[in-house]
This record gives sequence, C-alpha cells and structure tokens, in this order.
Amino acid sequence: MSIAIESLQLIKRYPGQKKEDRPAIDTIDLTVESGQLHGLVGPDGAGKTTLLRILATVMEPTSGSARLAGFDVIKQSEQVRARLGYMPQAFSLYPDLSVMENLRFFADMNGVPRGKQKEHIEELLEFARLTEFTSRRSENLSGGMRKKLALACALIHEPEILLLDEPTTGVDPVSRRELWQLLAKVIERGVTVVVSTPYMDEAERCNVVSIIYQGRMLTTGAPVELERQMPFKLIEVKAKPRGTLRQVADKAEGVIGWRAVGDRLRLSVNNPIDAQARIESDLKNAGAEISILREARVMMEDVFIHLVEQQEKQA
Amino acid sequence: MSPENSVHATHLTRKFGDFVAVDQISFDIPKGEIFGLLGPNGAGKTTTIRMLCGILTPTSGQAHVLGFDVARQAEQVKQRIGYMSQKFSLYNDLTVAENLGFYANLYGIPREKVKPRMTELIEMAGLRGHERQLTGDLSGAWRQRLALACAIVHEPPMLFLDEPTAGVDPVSRREFWEMIYTMAGRGVSVLATTHYMDEAEFCNVIGMMYRSRLIALNDPDSLKDAMQGVLFEVDCHEPVRAEQILKDFPAVQDMAAHGVILHVIMSDESEKALLEKVLQDNGIVVDRIEHVLPSLEDVFVSLVDQENRLRVRAEIE
Repeated sequence: MSIAIESLQLIKRYPGQKKEDRPAIDTIDLTVESGQLHGLVGPDGAGKTTLLRILATVMEPTSGSARLAGFDVIKQSEQVRARLGYMPQAFSLYPDLSVMENLRFFADMNGVPRGKQKEHIEELLEFARLTEFTSRRSENLSGGMRKKLALACALIHEPEILLLDEPTTGVDPVSRRELWQLLAKVIERGVTVVVSTPYMDEAERCNVVSIIYQGRMLTTGAPVELERQMPFKLIEVKAKPRGTLRQVADKAEGVIGWRAVGDRLRLSVNNPIDAQARIESDLKNAGAEISILREARVMMEDVFIHLVEQQEKQA
Repeated sequence: MSPENSVHATHLTRKFGDFVAVDQISFDIPKGEIFGLLGPNGAGKTTTIRMLCGILTPTSGQAHVLGFDVARQAEQVKQRIGYMSQKFSLYNDLTVAENLGFYANLYGIPREKVKPRMTELIEMAGLRGHERQLTGDLSGAWRQRLALACAIVHEPPMLFLDEPTAGVDPVSRREFWEMIYTMAGRGVSVLATTHYMDEAEFCNVIGMMYRSRLIALNDPDSLKDAMQGVLFEVDCHEPVRAEQILKDFPAVQDMAAHGVILHVIMSDESEKALLEKVLQDNGIVVDRIEHVLPSLEDVFVSLVDQENRLRVRAEIE
C-alpha cells in the first residue's frame, strides 16, 4: 500500500513558549496509508489541531518534516494544497451566503473549472443530503447541517486527502452518526481521511488510530489490535451495596485494578473466568446482591487510560 | 409528594410564544440519585434546568425541588441548590482561594466556617498547593474541579450540572465522576445534562429528551435491554457496498455505517453465520463480526427514528 501522509520528528513550539516548556507537538512520526480512515484521538490540548494545521500547510513546524501525497508541506505547499481538503474546527462558512453560494465560492476558490462545477455541486448536495436546502442561508442551518455543508465544501475539488479537525464536537448524536456515515462513503471513493476526535468511542470506527497526549504520540494501530495488546482482560460488575463491591474489588485476588463507570466497576484481571468465580463468591460471602457480572470488551477508553497511566508512572 | 424525592416534576411545560420548549415532562429524582438528562442541542434540557433552578417560571405543570415549589418558592430553591454551568462561572483573574472565598460570601457562609470549608473543598478537588494560582492559568480539568467546589461551597443537597465534563480528558473525567459519586453516597442528589452518550453511562437513571419531550426514562441497562434486536459490529472491506447488499435482506432490521465499521441489527444471535455468509457470497471480505451491547447512543438513535416514523405516520393520517 502506498503512503499518503508521512511526518518525521515533527515539533512545534509556539512563539513565547520557553525551551523547557513542553512543545505543542513533540517529535511526532505519523504514517498514514492511502485509502485509510485514520483517527487522531486525544483530549483537548493534546496537540491534534496543531498537527493537522501543519499537515494542512496552514502553519510551519519548528522542526521536522512532513509529506502529503509525496509533496513537502513547507517547500511544496501549493502542490499539497491542490490535493488536500481541510475542514478546521471552526469552519469559515459565509453565514450570509446560501448553501449553493457557499459551494460555488469554494469551487471558484479551489479552481474547479466552471464547466465541471454544476455536476459536482449537485453530486455533493445529494451526498450531504442538502439538495432541499440549496437556497437557505448557512447561518440558518442546524449545527449538524452546517458541518455537512463544511464537509461538502472541503470535498469540492475532489481531494486525494481529507483532514478533518473534530468534525463531531458539539454535534448531537443523530447528526454525529450521519457524519460518520458520510465518512464511510468518502473512504469508499478512495480518499485518505485523517480525522481528529476527543471521543474514544469514535476511535473504534477508524482503520488505524494514533493516540495523542500532551503533544506526544503514545501509540498507533488498528483499534482491535490496540485493544488486544492490553496486558489485562476486563470484567464488569454491578452489585449492591456499592461500598461492599468496592471493598471486595480492593481485596480480591487476581484483580490488578478497577475503575468505576457509573454504578458498575470495571476490573482489570489476568484471568477473567477465575476472577469472575472469585468475585462472585466474595460478594456473596459479604452479603452483596449482584445484578451484573460478565466479561467486558476492552475499549479504546481503557487503552487510553492504561497508556496515560503508564506514561505518568514513567514521569 | 414523597419527602425522599429531591425533584418531583409533573407535566412541566414551558412555552416561548408559540414554541413549546419543554412539553409536559414528568420525572422524580430520589435523594442520593444521579439523574442524566440527555438529548441534542435544542431538545429542551437547559430550559428544564432553568425551571428547576427557579430561574424560569413554568407555563404549566409543576415542579418541586427539595420540597419547594419552583414557581412560588423560587428563592428558597435557589438558596438550597448548587448549579455548575457549562461555562464554569469562575473569575480568571482571581486565584483559586479567592474564587472559593467569593462564592462562600455569596452564599452567606458564616465567617468562622469559611476557612475549614475551603480547606475541605480544596482537598476534595485535589487543588492543594495551588490555592494562590490564578484560575486563568489552570488546565481545563482543574478549572472544572474548582467550578464544582464553588458550586457546593454551601453544601447543597441538590446539585445541577450543565454539561459538566465537555472537553475534559477521560482520566480527569473519571476522577470528576468519582467525586460526584462520593457526594451522592452522602445523600446529595444530582441532575446532569449532556449530549455525550458515553457520559450518560455514569448516571443511575436517564431521561432522554427529543423535541421538547421526554422520550425515555430508565436506568442505562434497562434502556439497552429494551432495545429490540441483536446488534452486530461488522468489520469488513467496503462497508458501504455491504450496506447496499444487506438493505434488501429481510432478516436485517436496521443498520448504519460508522466510518469503517458497520452496525447491523438482526432479530437473533443465531443469525450471525447467515450474515457472514451473505456478505462473503457477495464478495465482501469480512474481518470480524461480533455481537456487541448497544451503546446509549444506539438506544437514543433508535428511539429518535421510532419517534420520527410515528410523527410522519401521524401527519399522513
């Protein structure tokens, strides 16, 4: 498979940042294969936006290099831009222009020939299910529709690579779902997509995920692989009283650690079958009433928390 | 009303002109319970919170908070609740200790009690050693914990949280919810709004709001159990083409592509083999099919679909 994006030792320090301060992004090596949906996952302030801005040629790195579609982001930024669609977090749609006018504007700006524009725009309107709303001013669109229009504008010149900065932040669940359905279609057309998100559950929807934390890349891999690589299994328990459950979890043999999610506990264990049997008997002996006891799947959030804890132990 | 209920709302309604922002919602929050109000922007969550805090008068219906009528006893309600808004109303140019001191004065904490209470809160929020730091210099997670400390300076038995963990990383978020659970364990009742479905997993009971109405009310597990069908997560090549193929397949109740993953709802777990065969017969490379529990987002989206279908049917008739 060919490489669509590659960065080497990318570092960005903002003006005013001192030498001893942690850079906004810190020696990032990123490789994205063509045609993949690649997720950049991390909390606010992790460096996702900075990384995407450098890849989008909006900002230069302090050191290191990056290539998109074979072109250097600093020396060949024009060639990169011609092959790239970029949707920043606060997308600059023109609020006083209609859906159609916005699309035409972005088509002109990206040098889409007039002859091709009509067919292209029609297709994108259908793709984003905005055909009925062509004359509506973009300020009067719902949040979800605005995001879809922004996505359509970023795709207007048929880019090979699409960079999306938190497209689903602040979007309601129904629209969020729709956006991920649209991304599936974009991928199926052969476009390489890099999408950043603070939501761990969205990471599971990507081919490959890079977890970014405090400017560093903690890991990269297919979600299922990252989940499998964790040195523990999980069991999920819900029992009353809650205090008893915690005492049992603290003392039980074979339990590496636990975390509370609502009124359930997720216990990391080596052997889920043995652990379930032990927890069950310990809880019963303590007089607790068990309502859930089962093996649970390791999720991206468990991966993230484990990696961050490892990182903190080292520091 | 039962004295154990911190919130008791019946047919609570608020109109703005012709627009019904909150439409006859009824629910109770028992003492010590964490209630999550979920829904997209504009569903009516904030209007509901404002009525319960005594800021906005209901158009019709009733609500009691801690035994006080929100319409007629708004002052009593306001004095007894804690409210943490989305925008964390902290003063950035004040230090951590000064912000806490400000709220202690605002709530009329007696002078001799201010110091021990502040020490306690700083301890709870993990802010010891940062008392003299400017609030504007704190990270998002720390500001959030400070905002919580400020909201509970007067030890309210009822706490309203408006999207409390937006933009906070998962580790800090868990710590935050641990604090909430500790308070609930001491009998504090909590109402939290969110449009993040994963955050709702932390609540004992969930009310899902959509188009001004409460469309579901139950605990997270029961909501998931009540969802019809079995959810399969399909990891395959060409998910969009797979979706096209499965569209005409009668055993499939519903499905949605999520990036490279396809979610397929069928009636029974035994249909997994069938699903795999249909896809393979059509030349789709299948890497993995797994029976997964629905997320609260799955539940919400399915309820919304159901609502919209009913509405369309009603409009046709």
